[in-house]
Amino acid sequence: MDSFALLLAATLNAGTVLAFAALGLLINERSGIVNLGAEGMMLVAAIAGFAVGVGTGNDWLAFAAGAAAGALLAAAFGLLVIYLNTNQYATGLALSLFGTGFSAFIGIKYTQEKLPERPHFAIPGLADIPFVGPAFFRQHPMVYIAIALAFALAWFLYRSRAGLVLRAVGESPESAHALGYPVRRIRLIAVMVGGALCGVSGAYISVVYTPLWVEGMVAGKGWIALALTTFATWRPARVLLGAYLFGGVTMLQFFLQSEGVQVPSQFLTMLPYLATVVVLVLISRNKAFIRINMPASIGKPFFPGS
Amino acid sequence: MLKLEARPEQSRLMSIGSPILALAITVVIGTILFVLLGKDPVRGLYIFFVEPLKSVYALTELAVKSVPLMLIALGLAVCFRSNVWNIGAEGQYILGAIFASGVAMTADKSTGGWIVVLVLFAAIVGGMLWAAIVALLRDRFNANEILVSLMLVYVAEQLLSYMVYGPWKDPAGYNFPQTITFLKSTQMPKLFTGFRVNAGVIVALLAVGAFWVLLFRTYAGFQLQVGGLAPAAARYAGFSSRKALWTALLLSGGMAGLAGGLEIAGPLGQLTPYVPAGYGFAAIIVAYVGRLHPVGIVFSSILMSMFYIGGELAQSRLGLPKSLTGVFQGLLLFALLACDTLIFYRIRWQAARAPAAKPVSAISTETKVA
Amino acid sequence: MLRLELVNISKQYPAVKANDAVNLQVQPGEIHAVLGENGAGKSTMMKMIYGAVRPDEGEIRWNGQAVNIRNPQEARALGISMVFQHFSLFDTLTAAENVWLGLDKSLSLAEVTQRMIKVEQEYGLEVDPLRPVHSLSVGERQRVEIVRALMTSPKCLILDEPTSVLTPQAVDKLFVVLRKLASEGTSILYISHKLDEIRALCSNCTVLRGGKVTGMVDPRTETNAGLSRLMIGAEPPQLQHIQARLGDVVLDVRGLSLPKEDQFGMNLADISFSVRAGEIVGIAGVSGNGQQELMAALSGEDTRAPADSIRLFGKNIASDSPRKRRKEGLHFVPEERLGRGAVPTLSLAQNTLLTRTAAVSSSGWIKTGDVTALAQALIKRFNVKAGGPDAPAKSLSGGNLQKFIVGREIEANPKLLIVSQPTWGVDVGAAAQIRGELLALRDQGCALLVVSEELDELFEICDRMVVIAKGKVSPSVATTAATIEMIGEWMSGLWDKSAKDNKETAHAEA
Repeated sequence: MDSFALLLAATLNAGTVLAFAALGLLINERSGIVNLGAEGMMLVAAIAGFAVGVGTGNDWLAFAAGAAAGALLAAAFGLLVIYLNTNQYATGLALSLFGTGFSAFIGIKYTQEKLPERPHFAIPGLADIPFVGPAFFRQHPMVYIAIALAFALAWFLYRSRAGLVLRAVGESPESAHALGYPVRRIRLIAVMVGGALCGVSGAYISVVYTPLWVEGMVAGKGWIALALTTFATWRPARVLLGAYLFGGVTMLQFFLQSEGVQVPSQFLTMLPYLATVVVLVLISRNKAFIRINMPASIGKPFFPGS
Repeated sequence: MLKLEARPEQSRLMSIGSPILALAITVVIGTILFVLLGKDPVRGLYIFFVEPLKSVYALTELAVKSVPLMLIALGLAVCFRSNVWNIGAEGQYILGAIFASGVAMTADKSTGGWIVVLVLFAAIVGGMLWAAIVALLRDRFNANEILVSLMLVYVAEQLLSYMVYGPWKDPAGYNFPQTITFLKSTQMPKLFTGFRVNAGVIVALLAVGAFWVLLFRTYAGFQLQVGGLAPAAARYAGFSSRKALWTALLLSGGMAGLAGGLEIAGPLGQLTPYVPAGYGFAAIIVAYVGRLHPVGIVFSSILMSMFYIGGELAQSRLGLPKSLTGVFQGLLLFALLACDTLIFYRIRWQAARAPAAKPVSAISTETKVA
Repeated sequence: MLRLELVNISKQYPAVKANDAVNLQVQPGEIHAVLGENGAGKSTMMKMIYGAVRPDEGEIRWNGQAVNIRNPQEARALGISMVFQHFSLFDTLTAAENVWLGLDKSLSLAEVTQRMIKVEQEYGLEVDPLRPVHSLSVGERQRVEIVRALMTSPKCLILDEPTSVLTPQAVDKLFVVLRKLASEGTSILYISHKLDEIRALCSNCTVLRGGKVTGMVDPRTETNAGLSRLMIGAEPPQLQHIQARLGDVVLDVRGLSLPKEDQFGMNLADISFSVRAGEIVGIAGVSGNGQQELMAALSGEDTRAPADSIRLFGKNIASDSPRKRRKEGLHFVPEERLGRGAVPTLSLAQNTLLTRTAAVSSSGWIKTGDVTALAQALIKRFNVKAGGPDAPAKSLSGGNLQKFIVGREIEANPKLLIVSQPTWGVDVGAAAQIRGELLALRDQGCALLVVSEELDELFEICDRMVVIAKGKVSPSVATTAATIEMIGEWMSGLWDKSAKDNKETAHAEA
């Protein structure tokens, strides 16, 4: 029972990584821009966050650094894709490749570094309830912030005018432009906010999830986050659910190993990636369902002059 | 202020000039980077762009590195032209290497040199199989090929790790995760003694020719391109998008697998966890910088090899981290994408516009809504 | 005092001067037509009034004062509102949300919905505010556009080609709304190329040709010929009509029912009609009633039709691919030129390879010399103004590209030619040429099926007509026996009623 509670706690932890990134990508895609550079942004943010964490010993500054790194890279991406109309997929890939190399490059100095001792988090009172306590209430504050963020985003998208405008831009930038909305500016903001959230996710990886720096430590979570937004049909609450699902699958490998399951470790490591494929297949089968929910302008270039 | 103005038609000059301009921008940024790292920029640039060309040995090393890049990029060019986004070439490369090794391990002292053909054939099959999974899932279930092919890269890496740590580990290998060193009979014949470059170069150049013919002189190639440029036109013409999907993926998977096999039957000579060298991803950049054109790809693969070798030399001579190569490669693609806009747009300097007449604010104070 | 005035307005684009020192004078409460053929500069002029584009030279005056309209919000604030030809609507949002987005921020969605219902009732433009736009018919979508514009209490309402998606009866209803608005003091700018409508509705008309104003007249006192002369510089060319010499049945569509493939499409229900050699059959109908789906089933882009529901010379082709159908003599010209009929970035020569494969050997090798020669021949025979066979398709004007595509299919000597919207967005000269070519093809014994939203065009070239409405097709009627009113009724699906009325009248008279 105890180890199951720990599994749940670990799931929340792992899910939070994906949640931040996927929510950021959701904002992106709602405006019609798909940013394949998530992995690269998260890597650069991870090293940025780690470096600041080591230097200042302050978690929140580390997250801020990660967010800034993500937003900056996203801005570069956004300028190319939105104002120069470069191919979104290729530019995103370029960002990922660049981010992979750049993070490894800066990170050389930090591979031996360690963050100062991690405090233990616990919500007083709630944390002592048997089972539920250790499962849910001994988390880093960011875990709860992620949940709040998902609901705030849902409110924003479906109950606020600004959210409606964002959805309209993603649905038909031409129509939004004809009505006078500054489509490109809105998209750039969306891309940068999305980048900042991916950055937070990256910093979370290197500061909370596995507090150290290793080259390539994001290990594909940026890509999984991309799959997650499709899986969740671009709805924030579903993103949260999916994030925890994936987090659970990721943690499953450790759980199984600790329970003494006799499977070669490599196959357990494969689990999250295979799960992503399965999930993609399941959700993509129904073309009509996707079409109704997907922001119609994703991936397509927008030319205001025409 | 600067303004982008659409050109009435594509600029041919910029089509060729854009990669060169992008390279120039990368060099400039690289110089800045070197200075920031406290290294002599001139020496840095020399190491990256001149050293790899200085000696015959250096040139052959360039050829060695460019073979896999060229092969994979040719397949990717077909893919991208068809609007099929195979990002998982790295995984198909790994599977090619695994299958090639499987065959190579069956060779014993009596096997003749013909086994190389089998080794390469197995490599192609391995790559194709891995790509076929992507094709099937996209064809049947409409699953996005970018994410599926990428996930399969991670799976392939784990598969490789399992094989070399487990069933294929060389019992006489001091417990290192690696297979036996394959016999000479399984290796591609070298072109010149004393250098690593082998007949793979010939294979690559033949492939360049074959792909050029495919893309520009066959109806099949035409169909693939139309499918990528205007899917509605392809449907109107009656071109099968399913056929295009499978062709593109199997072709690129096979090429990536072949590249993996040539590494096994060549410079690597055995299967280790270090087989994935990132060629599958670098090839994406090679394909783009080469304008998705077989001839362009020859040049861009040589350029990319220079980055690789330059990175290695910079590490040993200047003490710079090898990841610098990755930074340059990423920068090059970024710069290329930005410069490509110049093919379609002109930069104009436009003076801040004077208003048409006495500017009266257009916002009236009585905004009414029904 | 003039409500709106344009003084010497000019706008230059890289390849063309869209507006050259144009003048416009609109009185309050006036319904003012802006007439011109495609490419004359009407859209550019409207975009400047509406704030989407800025003039290079000249002055815009509103109620006598010079203004600088920098964006659509400022135009709206002045009281200028626009109903677009291609709707600026968001499919997945509701009608009310769409309207809300078209207004500036001050009201809540609930308030907007309330006022929307009031406006709808006042003007007879009923649309359920809570329905998502993708579930609305084309006519209903236009109503949402109009309601959105009306809710800004416009002093000047601009309508861009509003009737291309309406049945003749719906056009009359729209005119009622517009006249009401005008009587309340709103100026209306009515952009169109339909002479009859302009003469029926408008009291003033500015004619554009090649970016310049060629006349400002009262259309009520002008004839169609006179307006035509101002619009294109000459009388519209007359077409020769020979009596149809009918041959065998070439295309036989029987009981074609097809569920929609697309979420937002239309089901086809029990469609039956036939086309004989030597005649042109027209399919009339407001867009969005199943034309797309029917065309896809006939061209082979959709192969799900039930067996024997589509027969060519008696042979079942319902599940044949487009290439197979072409081999049997069925050629098709789609309504979208760029992106479907031709690939924009490929050359004219390469674009011939989409449907003409004579230059491809059996092994798949492309004989580039033959390909170029074919393109060259097409350019010459059909008078296509282009930079040569290597010119990219997108460098041609709409009319010239259409001539090329239609020519490409005609030159293949088809037994059946299906054409969808043959002259949409095409200048008058090219349109006349294309219609002439279609007639010539029919005189040579080919069977033709033409789908068009322009009733005038169908009445001009077709021997027989059918109407498609809500996925069903009416019985056919000889063009000489049909009237616009009747076809208009049929467009609303009421062909049985017409038949009943005719029978009753005949009975009563008997």
